[in-house]
Amino acid sequence: MTNLLTIAFTAFFIENVLLYQFLGICSFIGVGKKRSSSLGMGLAVVVTIILAGMATWAIYRYVMEPLEIGYMKTIVFILVIAALVQMMETIIKKFSPALYKALGIYLPLITTNCAVLGVAITNITRDYSFAEMLVYSAAIPLGYLFVMYIYAIIREKLELNPVPKAFRGVPIAMILAALLAIIFSRFGGLI
Amino acid sequence: MDFKAVRENFFKGFVKENPLFVTVLGTCPALAITTKVENAVGMGIALFFVLILSNLLVSLVTFRPKLRALVMPVRIPVYIVLIATLVVITEMLMEAFLQPLYVTLGVFIPLIVVNCIIFGRAEAYASDHKPLESMVDGAGMALGYTMAIILISLFREILGAGTITIWAQGNANVVLDLHFIYDFLGIAPIDMFAKPVGAFVTYGLILAVIAAVSNAKAEKAKIAAAGVKK
Repeated sequence: MTNLLTIAFTAFFIENVLLYQFLGICSFIGVGKKRSSSLGMGLAVVVTIILAGMATWAIYRYVMEPLEIGYMKTIVFILVIAALVQMMETIIKKFSPALYKALGIYLPLITTNCAVLGVAITNITRDYSFAEMLVYSAAIPLGYLFVMYIYAIIREKLELNPVPKAFRGVPIAMILAALLAIIFSRFGGLI
Repeated sequence: MDFKAVRENFFKGFVKENPLFVTVLGTCPALAITTKVENAVGMGIALFFVLILSNLLVSLVTFRPKLRALVMPVRIPVYIVLIATLVVITEMLMEAFLQPLYVTLGVFIPLIVVNCIIFGRAEAYASDHKPLESMVDGAGMALGYTMAIILISLFREILGAGTITIWAQGNANVVLDLHFIYDFLGIAPIDMFAKPVGAFVTYGLILAVIAAVSNAKAEKAKIAAAGVKK
């Protein structure tokens, strides 16, 4: 149990997917401008990473390992993720048009979000058991959602302030991310 | 296709359309692995290989009209499979010949599959240009990107660790030690630049400098144009 808690805490704070592992930075800079869109993207990423983590873990453990084709994991995982995202889109569209309206535009972007493939591969390279994999695949995207939401709040406030001309847009967003990274790097002392 | 057009096609990836500094693509590896110059060189080599061949393959499958009509409706899965195959080959080659580098770069080698630069070039350039032109474009883009990440890692390694590790694989050991400068000044290297914070700060400041320079240039052009009008 403590093991699982450690994994969850480390994945959420210390090895934060955006501020420590640098996965999914494109969406962080692009979508993290507004609170509403960061929430939508974050939730879509949470659902996708948990489902993709389970699917790729099961395929690796029960199909690829017995057949000794572990080296194919990059190709298989990206195809599984692409298919999964497509499937999710279809299912959500059919059963919940309201949810589709909220998440719809973010879903196609997720296939190329490196966090999804990154978590799937990390689950395998760290040799996680099913429970560990599940905790890790949930804590990582929740950390993503948390940081992205804080970031969006600050950036909304930033819009109202006079930023030097050269820093407008991406440069100030990077400096802001650096400040958040300083805060999050201090969580390392807790474990 | 004359020489000048080829040259322009090749060099546009360096400054005018630099993937990292102008179009802001492929930021994840640029921030994550730039703690050492050597890592940036290794990432550059891997990306160079994948981007040239993926551009070639994509333009080959979309070049002939008949094949193009077949591929276009399902082009995204087709591109994914092509790119992923190339990445797996790169992964295997690096694991065999550059083992320590392969371990350091870790998850970022398989993540080349979802690197926006490769998809971007396939979609924006290779899908409607000739195979040879696409390869030149890929080479220019990959070298421009490599140059950009080497620049970031130069700042981070000099400031963060006080060394420049150009290549330290196998028997080669090309490491420039700059600690004497720090000794002379009586200070220690700034640890922060080797940490994730340093990546964001360095990249942000470089982008700001580029924006300042291009702003100044635009201003000058404006004044010159106004002067001509008078």
